[in-house]
Amino acid sequence: MFSEEKLNKVKEIIARYPAGKQKSALIPLLHLAQEEFGGWLSAETMDYVASLLQIKPIEVYEVATFYSMFNLKPVGKYVFEVCQTGPCMLRGSDNIIDYIKKKLDIGVGETTNDGLFTLKTVECLGACGYAPMMQLGKHFREHLTPEKVDAIIEECRVKAN
Amino acid sequence: MGRKLLFDKAHIEGIRYYDVYRANGGYGSAEKALKSMKPEEVLEEVKKSGLRGRGGAGFPTGMKWSFIAKPEGVPRYLVCNADESEPGTFKDRYLMEFIPHLLIEGLLISSYTLGCNSCYIYIRGEYAWIPEILEQAIAEAKKNGWLGKNIQGTGFDLEIYVQRGAGAYICGEETALIESLEGKRGNPRIKPPFPAVKGLWDCPTVVNNVETLAAVVPILRIGGDEYAKYGIGKSTGTKLISACGNINKPGVYEIEMNISVEEFIYSDEYCGGIANGKRLKACIPGGSSVPILPANLLLKTAKGEQRMMTYEGLADGGFATGTMLGSGGFIVLDEDQCIVKNTLTFARFYHHESCGQCSPCREGTGWMKRVLQNIENGKGKMSDIDLLWDIQRKIEGNTICPLGDAAAWPVAAAIRHFRDEFEWHVLHPEEATKRNFGLAHYADPLEIAAPAAV
Repeated sequence: MFSEEKLNKVKEIIARYPAGKQKSALIPLLHLAQEEFGGWLSAETMDYVASLLQIKPIEVYEVATFYSMFNLKPVGKYVFEVCQTGPCMLRGSDNIIDYIKKKLDIGVGETTNDGLFTLKTVECLGACGYAPMMQLGKHFREHLTPEKVDAIIEECRVKAN
Repeated sequence: MGRKLLFDKAHIEGIRYYDVYRANGGYGSAEKALKSMKPEEVLEEVKKSGLRGRGGAGFPTGMKWSFIAKPEGVPRYLVCNADESEPGTFKDRYLMEFIPHLLIEGLLISSYTLGCNSCYIYIRGEYAWIPEILEQAIAEAKKNGWLGKNIQGTGFDLEIYVQRGAGAYICGEETALIESLEGKRGNPRIKPPFPAVKGLWDCPTVVNNVETLAAVVPILRIGGDEYAKYGIGKSTGTKLISACGNINKPGVYEIEMNISVEEFIYSDEYCGGIANGKRLKACIPGGSSVPILPANLLLKTAKGEQRMMTYEGLADGGFATGTMLGSGGFIVLDEDQCIVKNTLTFARFYHHESCGQCSPCREGTGWMKRVLQNIENGKGKMSDIDLLWDIQRKIEGNTICPLGDAAAWPVAAAIRHFRDEFEWHVLHPEEATKRNFGLAHYADPLEIAAPAAV
């Protein structure tokens, strides 16, 4: 369940659309729910969002499964989403992905045993001029090098403690 | 230095904020439009400017606007397409991050022209920090009477809302974007009806790219006729080019559409030449979906003329020897890059992004990816190259939306211009996994091109 404050946010989002078109708030609400409920969307969370918008649960599931930013399984506290499309590949994203795999001892799509890190490969995020890059939470980390990756991992470990 | 219309004030400290933007002439175009012009007069200026859609298709903006249906009592909507997901393209991000008020002012003028009182900016979900920047700009504009009710006492009302997507390239296609904005999967609609007649919530809707809408501001400032004097022929005005790949100075550049490709790549004002002293092998000048060109065809057209950075210049020679300006996502490959691998990453991209509605795209993109994976990993057969050609031909033109074409073209162009590299992969599987094919004759007869005089 959302807090009072978040429920007000939900109301504010729904008010952006004409009466009866509240379904348009679905994607913004799923973002909000994912942030609020541990970085992923469980069936219960999706049902809850459906009830907030007075739509059928299937209308939520079909959307949640379509968009790649919604996690349908639990993920680590920090998700490294490394771009691997052409422009990043040209600037060495393969090496960065290999480096992270070795450093964290996980494969793509896996989470470290301590639940801190998940490694994902993603398609173009619109930072091609600053490649190689990854998304970490809300922000982009660009011009990646092994040294920068080390620093980011350290930063996350410090924040987690 | 080339003339600039969008980024002319981008270097000013604090231009992101209302006060600085306003003090430097910001909202002057909106003031002019709302207070002294009728909507049809603004439309006339946009038509005269020759402005073409900056998202990739290059359709004349004024004409698109003139198609909007105006049934009595039905609201109309303007939707700003900030989904920017075409690999190689990151220009709108820069504009929204650094000069958000330019976009807000463009939305205001455009909404006034179209008679819209609600406007939605649909921004790709991964640009997660930008909505805050836009929302702050919207709040500032509202506080100063440029949004909300009775704007500047003119009686015109406008609200602008920012909506985040959630990771789907297809939502850059206008009808998929509308579906997504309605809270659904991003499945493109069959056209007609076009959004201008039946768009968001079945109401008349115009969907325009960020850069297109921002360009309306300088058009109003200097006038449509004056804007049309920038550039060459039907490529009027300036264009934002996001340059990436193996160049010295990746970044977003505003160019007047009157410079050559050679100048853009080699001059210090723009890309600053190929990185690490390497030679140019190939380039995809308009985002991942446009045809790749080898260096020799990129810098000079098949007729031997200098190729220009314009819609017509890049398209010179059709798909046989030309390409497209597209969204301006300019991807440069140096001599060390493997065309097969590069094509594979794009095939994987389109497979991942296919919405799955149309079989040729849903099945074909995955098939192309698997065949390319085999060739790249030294497990390809000679017949695979013809198979790839055959698959892409069967996708192109056989899907509801242009994603099918976008997936087919990179594969077609790679085989058209670099077939011997594919064959080399098949014939030398061991070697192909260790080194790349190199330049061969692609760069001939060009030596390391000398920087163009600026």
